[in-house]
Order: sequence, then C-alpha cells, then structure tokens
Amino acid sequence: MSWMDFLSHLRALPEVLLLVGTCVVLMVDVTSRDPQRRASYWGAQATLLACLLATLYVAYESEGTRRLIFYGLFISDLMSHLLKVVSVLAVSVALVYSRQYLLDRGLLRGEFFTLLLFALLGMMVMISAASFLTLFLGLELMSLCLYAMVALNRDSALSTEAAMKYFVLGALSSGLLLYGMSMIYGATGTLNMYEVSTHVTRLSAIASDRIFLVFGLVFVVAGLAFKVGVVPFHMWIPDVYHGAPTAVTLIVGSAPKLAAFAMAVRLLVSGLPDLAQDWQQMLALLALLSMALGNIAAIAQSNLKRMLAYSTIAHMGFMLLGLLSGVVEGNRLNMPEAYSSALFYVIVYVLMSLGAFGMLIYLSRAGFECENLDDVQGLNRVSPWTAFLMLVLMFSLAGIPPTAGFYAKLAVLSAAVNAGQIWLAVAAVLLSLVGAFYYLRVVKLMYFDEPKGTLTLGGRSAGYALAANGLALLFFGILPWPLMNACFEAIKASF
Amino acid sequence: MVLLSLAIWIPIVAGLAVFATGGDRRAPLQRWLALTGAVLGFLVTIPLYTGFDIQSAGIQFEQRIPWIERFNIWYHLGVDGISVLFVLLNSFITVLVVIAGWSVIDSRVGQYYGAFLVMSGLLNGVFSALDAVLFYVFFEGTLIPMFLIIGVWGGPNRVYAAVKFFLYTLFGSLLMLVAMLYLYNKSGGSFAILDWHKVPLELRVQTLLFFGFLFAFAVKVPMWPVHTWLPDAHTEAPTGGSVVLAAILLKLGAYGFVRFTLPILPDASKDLAWLMIVLSLIAIAYIGLVTLVQTDMKRLIAYSSVSHMGFVTLGFFIFNAYGVEGGLVQMISHGFVSAALFLCVGVMYDRMHTRMIGDYGGVVNTMPKFASFMMLFAMANAGLPATSGFVGEFMVIMGTMKASFWLAFVAASTLVLGAAYTLWMYKRVIFGAVANANVAALKDLNWRETTVLTALAAAVLFMGVYPLPFTEVMHASVNELLKHITVPKT
Repeated sequence: MSWMDFLSHLRALPEVLLLVGTCVVLMVDVTSRDPQRRASYWGAQATLLACLLATLYVAYESEGTRRLIFYGLFISDLMSHLLKVVSVLAVSVALVYSRQYLLDRGLLRGEFFTLLLFALLGMMVMISAASFLTLFLGLELMSLCLYAMVALNRDSALSTEAAMKYFVLGALSSGLLLYGMSMIYGATGTLNMYEVSTHVTRLSAIASDRIFLVFGLVFVVAGLAFKVGVVPFHMWIPDVYHGAPTAVTLIVGSAPKLAAFAMAVRLLVSGLPDLAQDWQQMLALLALLSMALGNIAAIAQSNLKRMLAYSTIAHMGFMLLGLLSGVVEGNRLNMPEAYSSALFYVIVYVLMSLGAFGMLIYLSRAGFECENLDDVQGLNRVSPWTAFLMLVLMFSLAGIPPTAGFYAKLAVLSAAVNAGQIWLAVAAVLLSLVGAFYYLRVVKLMYFDEPKGTLTLGGRSAGYALAANGLALLFFGILPWPLMNACFEAIKASF
Repeated sequence: MVLLSLAIWIPIVAGLAVFATGGDRRAPLQRWLALTGAVLGFLVTIPLYTGFDIQSAGIQFEQRIPWIERFNIWYHLGVDGISVLFVLLNSFITVLVVIAGWSVIDSRVGQYYGAFLVMSGLLNGVFSALDAVLFYVFFEGTLIPMFLIIGVWGGPNRVYAAVKFFLYTLFGSLLMLVAMLYLYNKSGGSFAILDWHKVPLELRVQTLLFFGFLFAFAVKVPMWPVHTWLPDAHTEAPTGGSVVLAAILLKLGAYGFVRFTLPILPDASKDLAWLMIVLSLIAIAYIGLVTLVQTDMKRLIAYSSVSHMGFVTLGFFIFNAYGVEGGLVQMISHGFVSAALFLCVGVMYDRMHTRMIGDYGGVVNTMPKFASFMMLFAMANAGLPATSGFVGEFMVIMGTMKASFWLAFVAASTLVLGAAYTLWMYKRVIFGAVANANVAALKDLNWRETTVLTALAAAVLFMGVYPLPFTEVMHASVNELLKHITVPKT
C-alpha cells in the first residue's frame, strides 16, 4: 500500500477510531468491577469525542470534495460528514441522559456501551455507503445492536416482546430491501450505486427493463419505509418505543433516523435518480398516509412514549415531503433545495426527539417511570425552567415559531410548493394542525393543571444537557441559517 | 432606524428578565421591572409618531438586515401610515395592562408579566414586519403567550377556551403559510411583502390565495361564522388577557387584510367583495342581536367586539377612502373602548368575583366614580358623537352609503342595537336599587384603577372630538392603497 493510498483511507478515520475505541471499552468493561461503570462511561465518551474530532478533521481536510475509497465501497462527502457529526453528538448526549436512568434500574452494564457504540458504527457505515453491500452491512450492524438493546431489560415482558417484534419485522424489512437490491443488481450488474445510476439512465429508456427496475424499486422503497418508519410499514414503532426502556427509546428514536435518511438519499437519489418519477409517487403516498395516521393516532394515546412514537411517524412523513420534491418532470433544478430541506428536517427532528425522550428520562427516577401523560401534570409548579424547556420542545414538535421545528416545516413545505405539490402541502399543514392538538395537551397538563404526585428532577449533568438541547431549538428558531446553510452546502456538494 | 427594533425587543427582553427573576417571592421586583419595560417600550414608540412624515405614503423608519439568506428572508421592519398607529396603541395598552394587573395577579406574577411583555413585543413585530416570514413568525409567536395567559390565569372553563383559541387561529395561519410559500415561488424567490404587491397573478390563482389568507385573517378578526372562539377566550381570560385580545390581537386580522389581501390580491378582493360585505353585515346585525341576550358581561362585550369588527371589514371591502379610513379609525377606537370596558368589568370582578349581570344592580350607589367612567365607555361603545366610537362608525356608514343605500341601512342598524345592548347592560348593572349585600359593600376605584381608566377616557374623548391627528397620519397611505387596488393585476 502506497503512502497516497494510506492517506486516502484516512477518510475512514472516524470509523476506524470508533471501532478501536469500542473494542477498548469492551475490554475495559470486562475487567471493571465498578457498579457505576465510570471507566466504560468515560471511555465511551472519549471514543465519541475522538470520533467527532476525526470527523471534523476529515471534513476540514477534504475541503468539501467527494471521494470514493475502498474500491468504491465507501463514500466520503460533505453530507456524510454532517450526518456523522450529528449522529455522534446525538449518541453522546443520549449517553449523558441515560446514565443515571440505567444505573437506577440496574441496566448500566457493559453491553449497553458496546452495543451502543457498535450501533453507531453501523450508522456511520450506512451514512458513508456507496455500494449496496456496505449499505446492508451497516444496516445490519446497526439493527442487530438495536434489537439487543431493546431487550436490555430482559426480565420485562414488555421489553422482550418489543424486541421480538422489532427483530421479526426488521428482519422482514431487511429481506425486502435485499430482494429489491438483488433485482436492481440483476438489471444493472453492479452493486455500486454510482455505477447503478449510469446503467439505470440507459435502461430506464427501455420499457421492458424499466418495468424490471421499478419492480425492484418497489421492494427497495418498502424496505426503506420500514427502516424510516412510515405508514403502512410503521407497526413496529409504537410497540418498540413503548416497550423499550426509555433510555433505549431515546437512542432508537434519534440517531438511526439520520442513517435512514442517508440510506434513502443514497439509494434513491444517488442510485436511482432516473426513476424519480416512480419513487416520488410512492413516497407521496407514504408521506400522506404517515402524516394522517401518525397525527390522528397520536391523539388517542395516553402514554407519552406511544404518543411520541406516533408523532415520529408523522414527522417522518413530513420529512418525505422534502425527499419527493427534488425532481419535477425530469427537471433536477429543485434537487439541492428539496433534499437539503429534508436533511434539515431530519436533523431538527433528531434534536427534538432527543430532547423529548431526554425529558422523560429526566423526570423518571428509581421506581418511577415518567411515561404517562398525567405524569407531567403540574410540572410548571415543580420547576418552571424544566416546564419551559418542555414547552419549547412541544411547540417545536408542533412547528410553531420561534422554534427550530417551524423552519424545518417551512423549508420542507417550501420545497413541496416549489415542486408544484401544492395540495400535498395543504394536506400536510392541515394534518399538522391535528398534530398540534396533542402537543398542546402536554403543555396544558404542565401549565394549567396542579401537580398530582411528586415530580422530581434528574441529575445535574442531564439537566445541563437538556437545557442545551432545548435552547438549541430556540436558538435555531431565531437564527436558523447556520444549520440551514450547512445542510444546503452538504447536499449541493454531494450531488 | 432602530426605533422599531427597540419597540419590539425592549418588551421581549424585559419580559424574559421578569420571567428569569424566579418565583413569587420576588413579585414586587417583577412588577416594577415589568412596568419599567412597558413604559420604556411605550416611550420609544412616541418618536415614531412625532417623527412621522404624514405627506409620505411610503415606508418609514425602515430597517433591513439579511436574516436567512438561503430563502432570501430579511429582518425587514418599517411602518407606514396604516401600521404606525397600531404600534403605538399596542405599547400604550401594554402599560395599562401592567398597571391593571398590579395587585390583582398574585400567583406566578413573573410568568404573567413575562408573557404579557413578550407578547407585546411580538405584536409590535407583527405590525412592523415587512417580510412575510418575519410577519408569520411574530403572528404565530403571539399564540404561545396568549395560550398560557388564558390557560393559566383564566376562569373556570379556561382550558377549553385556550385550546380552542390556539387551534382555531393555528388552522387559519397554516393555510396562510402555504399561500405565502406559493407567492414566494411566484415572485421569483422573495418574501418581501412590498414585492408581492407587484406580482401579477391570474384571477383564479388570486381567488385561491384569497381564501388561503381569508381563513387566517377571518379567524383573527373574527368574522362570522368563525368567531366562536372569541366569546370563550375573552370570557375565560384574565382581565389583562381580555384587554390585549380585544384591543390588539383582533386587529391583527384586519391589519392582515390591508397589508396582504387588498394590495396583493386586488382583483380577487373586488370579485369576492360581496362575500366579505355579506359576512360583515351578518356580523354587525346578527351578532348585534346575539349580544342583546348575553347575561355575562364579558361575553356581552366580546360579542359586541365581533359586531364592531364587522364594521372594520365592511369598511375595507367598500373600496373608498371613507370606508378604509373609517375601518382603521374604528380599529383604534375599538382598541380603546373595548380595553376600557373589559377593565371596567375587571374592576367589578375583582371585587365581586362574578361577571353575571344578574348579580349586580345599583352599583352607582357604592361606586359613583366608577359609574361615571363606565358611562363614558358605554356611550363610546354605542357610538355616541363626541366619543371615538362615533367617528369610525360614521365614516364607514358614509362610505357604505356611497356604495349602496341598503347596505348602509343594514350597517346603521348597529347604532340602534349597539345602544340597546350596551345601555341595557349599563342600566341593569349600575342603576336601580342596591341589589344585594355584596354590592352594598363595594369600594370605589383606587388610584391605580383611576389612572388607567382616566388615560383611556382621555383617549376616547380626544379621538371623538378631534380625530384629525389620527386620520391625517393614515391619509397618504390609504390613498396610495386605494390607487394601487384600482389597477388590475391579471
């Protein structure tokens, strides 16, 4: 291996560091007897920090250029750097939130750290996948870790049931995805998405080949929809979100969405842009159904985790609005704007989701799970500051200015309107009105009602993280342009 | 010019500071801090009036800073003759609201004042924003503090009222958002409201956009039949909340019509003027009748607000200078009168803890000073000459008369109905024999209440006797608007 080759492989430095760090944490944990797992916790955080710095370094060094390495298996571009930075941060914050929670429940075991870090590695591989093979590898690495984490509390029937459902449906969806990929491979004879794209340009002009490709595409989209969690492939979400320990729900509900977004963009936009007409129609249907079912079903929930699960479904539907607005009648001018709006949406959503589940963890304590709607009753009496943060989170989820959630909706709706999808945009805003109701209900419980039981607050570090998280939403609600520009540049440089 | 920015941000920063001072232990500090913020906020708006060039129809005190360059969104503020008075009105009312709540609000004082000040800043933002997204952010942002004000400090049915208020208004604004995004797309990527005034649009598109905006503004005005949130919200809100709702928040919708609907969609506005006129007349006449049968004083004033705001929309869609100016004058006058009436009800409610007309009677015997103040405001509400209520109504009826006699005839019914419901309420509450022991024990106004009511009484009388300082400011801008509307855009 020449020196130049080695340098180009530096682009995979974050993943390499993460893998090494994870193995070290694993070994350290085996020898540790500390019930608080301080060494593993700080080891994991140090690994994440190293990984973050390496990503930033690679992003800085690459100067926005795009490069395929490992013989076209791995792509390093601005979008991947951005998504990796957010994923690493999300996982790091999730660790801060969940430490005390897991400790109180006797779940803070070595497996948690190892599984979490391996899941992150899977996500990062997915984000940088340039070939069907790497994509699937990353996906399975992430999914298997997550299945196990959902069952972390193995004595809880609810958790194990959730893990079982997650595993069975996840395996099914992987199968669907793989089947779709094999069809496309059959048609094009290559696994590399960029080569697929050039072949598809040629093949999609031929009617018989096009049908074959679209057939594969249907399975790919179905598999994607499972992973993103949109109707009608959403059934696992409420059960998993509800059944998993809140600390794990926090992880399942945040960073993997970024990886799923990357997967959708790589497969559909990089791989099959010439079939945009077909997949955009499919996504439009999925988006509409998700927004409708997610928002309406969320109203009926009395469990906060389930409510947030349905709200995830609705949000992912909203995010799809951006993905399906890129190509208008074969014209790709709208692409950077549309995909960057979806990217912005998903990043903001991850911030909100982290905050919302982080809040539930923060309000839980040993022997008490804050997970029902009335558990937050009268929070304003107990702690006005915490209630205010929750207020920001809820209004951000509802998309009310001045919070980041509003600009996410604005960007996505603007992309949809620019693509001429005006009626879809109208449907989306009407359904988000339905959505506003259940977020308002949480605010109502916190502010208008008197406390029912005794609410307590979590540890100090989680409190700081939560404050930073809530204020970030407010900050991006007043000055959204830094993140918006980052998303736009990332998408523009990647396509 | 940073004056407008100051008018927006001083109250918001003061509000956040009050909020940050903590719990009720620091209530005295919070009250003084809030008062300082409100007064400072009002003082910075005074140069807006004294320095206003009444000859010019253009935008004054303009400030333009790039905000979100990706979408060509600007932090663009400025006022013209139409909007400048509302900034003043809002800042003025905020000071009164702070004083009015001084001793009445004793739980979560910091949050109460914080919410009011933040809302005051946001409302100034709505009236001075010249960028559609900025406008929308302020427009929607006001929902959050108002929702909390109604829900936390409101009456027994407050939760229902707060949620209804929020969802109704959100429904309207979300459709407006899509309309705005469409205009952004059509105008070649600009959110500047003034640019939109020049965008040519076909009638079919204009009609769709008209309805997009209509829902947002009609809900806020509120026009019949989407007014049903208003009586609930007004009745359940605390006194200060009702005052701000009636005096300022209701003006957002009407302001939206003048700022967006009329200049951007002139052809659709003319095409659908009949619809707007019919809805306005229903509001005036039918809601006037509904007002007659109310037994709850706040509800009565709330319904009378709907009826009075009907005059405003009627004036706008008559398309002559009398009508539009009359509508604007009516908005300001209604800001004073409805605020005063809600404060009067608040004064009684604080003493008796009931709003029912039936629980009162003979208040004049125990509260003579109060009775004379309320007399003045009741007369203004009925549109008696020499009060501000007369000016706007008269101008609108005159404008309507130019368009059609029969329309003016129906509109004028309010002079009878308005007098009937206001004076009848006044008679039942104030006159007659002392109704019960509670009324007998009433104490007259304290100095704080006297100050607030005196300020409003002065404004009502001044505007009624000498309306020129108000109308001359809006004259140039209104003429410009009417000229703009006559040119078809299709």
